[in-house]
Amino acid sequence: MTDRRLTTHIHGWLLLLPAAVLLVAFTYYPAVASIWSSLHSTPKGARPARFVGLDQYATMVDDPVFWKSLVNNLLFALGTVPVSVALALLMALWVNGKIRGRTALRVAYFTPTILPMIAVANIWLFFYTPGYGLIDQITGLFGLPAQNWLGDRSTALPALMVVTVWKEAGFFMIFYLAALQGLSPSLREAAALEGASRWYIFRRITFPLLMPTTLFVLVNAVINAFRMVDLVVVMTRGGPDNSTALLLYHIYEVGFRYWDTGYAAALTTVLVGILMVLAVGQFVFLDRKVHYR
Amino acid sequence: MTDRLFDMLETAGAWLLGILWVLPLLFALWTAFHPGAYAVRFDPAAPLTLENFASAWAAAPFPRYLLNTVALVTMILAGQLLLCTLAAYAFARFDFRGRQAAFLLVLLQLLLMPDALVVENYRSMHALGLVDSVAAMALPYMASAFGIFLLRQTFKTVPGELDDAARVEGAGTLGILWRVYVPLARPVYVAYGLVSISYHWNNFLWPLIITNSVTTRPLTVGLSVFASTDQGIDWSVITAATLMTAAPLLVAFLLFQRQFVQSFMRAGIR
Repeated sequence: MTDRRLTTHIHGWLLLLPAAVLLVAFTYYPAVASIWSSLHSTPKGARPARFVGLDQYATMVDDPVFWKSLVNNLLFALGTVPVSVALALLMALWVNGKIRGRTALRVAYFTPTILPMIAVANIWLFFYTPGYGLIDQITGLFGLPAQNWLGDRSTALPALMVVTVWKEAGFFMIFYLAALQGLSPSLREAAALEGASRWYIFRRITFPLLMPTTLFVLVNAVINAFRMVDLVVVMTRGGPDNSTALLLYHIYEVGFRYWDTGYAAALTTVLVGILMVLAVGQFVFLDRKVHYR
Repeated sequence: MTDRLFDMLETAGAWLLGILWVLPLLFALWTAFHPGAYAVRFDPAAPLTLENFASAWAAAPFPRYLLNTVALVTMILAGQLLLCTLAAYAFARFDFRGRQAAFLLVLLQLLLMPDALVVENYRSMHALGLVDSVAAMALPYMASAFGIFLLRQTFKTVPGELDDAARVEGAGTLGILWRVYVPLARPVYVAYGLVSISYHWNNFLWPLIITNSVTTRPLTVGLSVFASTDQGIDWSVITAATLMTAAPLLVAFLLFQRQFVQSFMRAGIR
């Protein structure tokens, strides 16, 4: 019988092997290698990388663009996450009810999710064009002066936030919709029989029951905010004056425009650290909901 | 009475938001199908034209980009289906030594975003001599922890008696997987496939970094190159190119919107 057990072990590992090789090669190895390279200087020409300890991190502390992109990223998360999650909940409540044209509305809300971020960026780039773009055309009707939305330090980041909310709310709506459809209607019906108002039912019954979904969506939205890069690459390239530089874009610039791989590795380590904390938070929060059988 | 008023207000609000959400897309359609002069001038009598699509099609190798994207998405999906099925089967039904630890490691990948690891992955691809190839674009995404997890959960619900019955009939490990597990998990495969295709059709940063020639660039990168060289020259043509990039997925979505939405839901509940 030990033969059979041995076969099980071998078959199990053989089945896992192809996936394991790729996982190690493109996830675990690069993650560990980032930490390792971040402790070394960037190899240049004939000069190989040498161990520099925490020098790259000291550079980071003195790097104003790093701080700027970190603060921008926090602002970006603060500006986009609550709005898109609130809108997503509102959308889900609407299209889950018996509203007129429910299917059409679902499609309308969800469509931006299907579009490539690059397509979205191009369309909105056009809207934001000073003088000529749609937004200026509309504000012009009210006699407002033309605005360089993406060229102005005070409006560039909010302009990207608007696009992000538009793109993401419909995606998060799906999670709420799934959760709403999983709720038992009996509690709500009982409350309605007691004469509770819709607002009261939402506040006291529906919303608390949706809490696990809200946490899940919130954490994912924050993670997405720290992965945001496509819009920046196409719409602003971090400008003007680094006002739209976000962390991943800074890594991209340092790594692939200045080819400073050692410093990029240090930045990567920090970003991965942030993402891990957020994701672990998600696991801890959702522990009650997810069962790994 | 006030209830009806409230309902009407609510419907109006829902529709207003809906219109706001499709407006950018409708606007892009208007721009793309009308001559450049009408890009921001709404004249119902404006002549319709396919000129912008023709110009964009001629100005950049979009057919090639499309082919690259299709090759990329197909390669990733094929790899994912194969690798994730095998690994999920191992986790669901094989009690091998180190299984728990291996599964925890796989879950760890759910937390680690490939996007953040682009610098090291580029170095690896460079060392392997794979830079600027479709394989390099696809490889980091093939062993998807999400796919493994999703399929493992599904395989666990398959009754063990079916397994035994197939074994009695003389089926081997892979035979059982192919004849019993894969057919039973078909809806999950469809859901996972749709999520994967739409994600990789739209992926940008990694393809942008790893490709540098027309023969490998996918649509998203091709579009960004096209739009940045022609920046500000002709919005109608850029919009037409933008729609061409998004069109295949968008059309598929409109045709199969129910399946799309349900697959995202299924993927979301995980």
